[in-house]
Amino acid sequence: MTDNPSLLNNPNLDDWLIILPDGDIEARSGKVDVGQRISTALAIIVSEEMDVDLEHIQIAPPATIGFPDEGMTTGSNSIEQSGHALRRAAATARRHLIGIAVEKFGAPAECLNIKDGLIGVTGTNQTINFAELMDGGGFGIPVDPNAPLKPTEDHRWIGNAATPRHMTEFVTGAFSYVHDMALPGMLHARPIRPPHANAQLIDFDPKVTAQLTGDGIIIVRNGSFAALAGEDEYALIKAARRLAETAEWDLGDGLDTEDVFQRLRDNEHLSLPVVDGTPVDDPAPALRDPPPDAAQTLSARYERPYVMHATIGPSAGMAVCTDTGIEVWTHSQGIHSFRASAAEALGVAPDTLTVHHALGAGCYGHNGADDAAFDAVLIARAIPGRPVLLKWTREDEHAWEPYGSCMAAETRASINAAGQIIQWSQDTYSDTHRGRPRPDPGGDGPARLLGARYLSDPARAFSAKPTMTRQGGLHRNLDPYYDFPDTRLVKHLVRDLPLRTSALRCLGAHVNVFALESFIDELARAAKIDALAFRLNHLSDRRAKTVLNACAEAIGWGDVAAEGHGLGLAFARYTNSKTYAAVGVDLSVDDAAQVHLNRVVIAADAGEVIDRAGLSAQLEGGFLQAASWTLYEQVTFDESGITSRDWDTYPILRFDNVPDIETILMERPGDAPLGAGEAVGGPAAGAIANAIFNATQIRMRRMPFTPDMIRAAAAADTN
Amino acid sequence: MGMAEEILLRINGTEHRIHSDPATPLLFVLRNQLGLTGAKLGCGLEQCGACAVLMDGVSQLTCATGVGEFQGRDIVTVEGLSNGGTLSAVQQAFVDAGAAQCGYCTPGMVVAVTAMLDRAPSPTKVEITEALTPHLCRCGAHPRILEAVARLIGPGGVDD
Ligand code: FES
Ligand code: FES
Repeated sequence: MTDNPSLLNNPNLDDWLIILPDGDIEARSGKVDVGQRISTALAIIVSEEMDVDLEHIQIAPPATIGFPDEGMTTGSNSIEQSGHALRRAAATARRHLIGIAVEKFGAPAECLNIKDGLIGVTGTNQTINFAELMDGGGFGIPVDPNAPLKPTEDHRWIGNAATPRHMTEFVTGAFSYVHDMALPGMLHARPIRPPHANAQLIDFDPKVTAQLTGDGIIIVRNGSFAALAGEDEYALIKAARRLAETAEWDLGDGLDTEDVFQRLRDNEHLSLPVVDGTPVDDPAPALRDPPPDAAQTLSARYERPYVMHATIGPSAGMAVCTDTGIEVWTHSQGIHSFRASAAEALGVAPDTLTVHHALGAGCYGHNGADDAAFDAVLIARAIPGRPVLLKWTREDEHAWEPYGSCMAAETRASINAAGQIIQWSQDTYSDTHRGRPRPDPGGDGPARLLGARYLSDPARAFSAKPTMTRQGGLHRNLDPYYDFPDTRLVKHLVRDLPLRTSALRCLGAHVNVFALESFIDELARAAKIDALAFRLNHLSDRRAKTVLNACAEAIGWGDVAAEGHGLGLAFARYTNSKTYAAVGVDLSVDDAAQVHLNRVVIAADAGEVIDRAGLSAQLEGGFLQAASWTLYEQVTFDESGITSRDWDTYPILRFDNVPDIETILMERPGDAPLGAGEAVGGPAAGAIANAIFNATQIRMRRMPFTPDMIRAAAAADTN
Repeated sequence: MGMAEEILLRINGTEHRIHSDPATPLLFVLRNQLGLTGAKLGCGLEQCGACAVLMDGVSQLTCATGVGEFQGRDIVTVEGLSNGGTLSAVQQAFVDAGAAQCGYCTPGMVVAVTAMLDRAPSPTKVEITEALTPHLCRCGAHPRILEAVARLIGPGGVDD
């Protein structure tokens, strides 16, 4: 038996593996590669279990037909779902192929060997390849979740460095992203967005529309959704700008500019207690009095503004509408859910749409990909027969992607005279992290697509329901992994916040762990106990202690920090069930209050390491993205709309603040591999805040840690 | 809209006669007329580095400068750096260091490193930072890109 949803939903071996006529193996996964190198890890797994060289494993980007439906590629689940499934599939296939060979050769299985895609009879020169054994047929059997795996000591590929897939195409420019596709008869397209989310289109300037039409540009309009299509991409960019500027818009009341941190306190919210990481549909418990043996009780509030996915390549989508249906190419992380929502928004059957994944630029989460694909579909329906390649501009992406929510986390804890935490409470306030398209018949499906909100028959206003799954949305890592007694954890889904939000790498964990790991340092200081020792005193899981100790040692914890430097530590186990990660940061803060990251150590236990290079790259990339949110990023807006619309007004981390990073991986061959892509985001924020305190005695509780914010925090401390 | 003119471009060693409004940025001509999609559109605002090519050996952004300005120049795009199946040393170092995640920023990074090493074969840390800071990467491939540079500089290493 298995509880892996990927196998339960796609039980047949033929769903996963195909032996090609030349003996190569096509592995089919429903998970998409968005630069996290999941396809490299999956290829390693298949290669290992089937004893076929890596270069003979083919993995194509999935589509809604012909590939297993594995839901969305989210939550650091791919290695535990697709990796687990393909490993069992490959082991089943190997056993099956040997079974056929036994009959063919009339030799017992013990006398057969398998190497480089050939099965041979040991001691003879008789061999046969997989394709000959299959004789053009499929497997026709289910995946056996208990098929014996290759013993760890025989591993050739698992845990070793493999060249990531597509690397040569990346460095030569040969790789084709959605943005680079060219289909015969294709038109380029650009959307025309209102000045802000609450504005409506009254009309375009007829003189401008006449001129553009005269130039061969097609104007597509449905309500306040509008776009241009034409042959010349650059002409379209200019035309779109001109058309938007000369259009008449109903600006309504503009955006609500009340301070979002005040809104997080004041707005109506839905409050749910979180028990063992899972929300419970009960009234939220009130904050209790500190226990009688409390020696000290501290409280604090930690905050993050809205932040962006901020992908380097603005979102794009390709669609073509023909008599047989609508075909779409998208860099969405959930092609099936996109299809379901799009079909509902269009009022067509889901199987009218075929959706292919094609790579876009990385960023991890629900960026503009789905919206751009839906924009392309709307335009393609208006121009049947012509493929439409729609691209957002940089401004579109900055202004219209669904952001990572602004958040606030309020912590309170009591410690006893011995410096042990004896009561713990955290309240986290946030908008939804669950705005992705998803099947929701009769519900909010269409409202999850930006374009559908602006049609003349618009999708009804989106109203997020609280995520009730274990370690979901805003309560991800709200439940501390430490052994705290008497915990009170409450999630608050805040209503009527001004901007659209959805899933961004780490979801709530970036802020929840930032709060928890900053507060732990504050408590350790109050207890006059070293912050590392204080953490270890509250941890019973050996693997957690191991990563913390390894990280502390490598960052030089306990040594005297260099002049002007500060050290900070933080730890989390992602979703309390995935990768363990400890982060150590050595930074300095200059006279202008600029933070310079000098050195970083990441110690991680991700179970069995599959793709060593890929795992380190994900951990380090995760650190840098989170460091960027934490140090620099904030979506800004006023009544007239989003004002952070480019890389100057929304700066992100650049090469001038990239630290030396040392990554230490715990070796656990034979253990279950654990998802790692988001493991470092929360600890990164905590470790940076703690290191800033160590360097300056300034406690940063609101991101981003820009010079202005650091000076403001210093001023508040002295008042 | 400006008028299309005949423009002569030398790209990857080949002369191309194209018709374009000279104000159309080179990037759109490369991508849509010449099928050279290696250089990427990231911002169109000269803020991210995704569109860089070599112009007379120097890294040059192409998303905002009109194609007319490139007449008479020697342009090399990321596609022109490899020779048939053979990668340039910089490209090979990127492969060896695994210096890409999604790869979208990679062509610009490869161009920037190529131009930097042409100018300064043993760059200092400051020179490396200066050459790469105009280039954004959201996947956090920075450490591996720096590792690729370190491999190219060789055992002497990077001076501070
Ligand atoms: S696309 Fe040219 S710098 Fe961004
Ligand atoms: S590798 Fe994805 S943007 Fe750099």
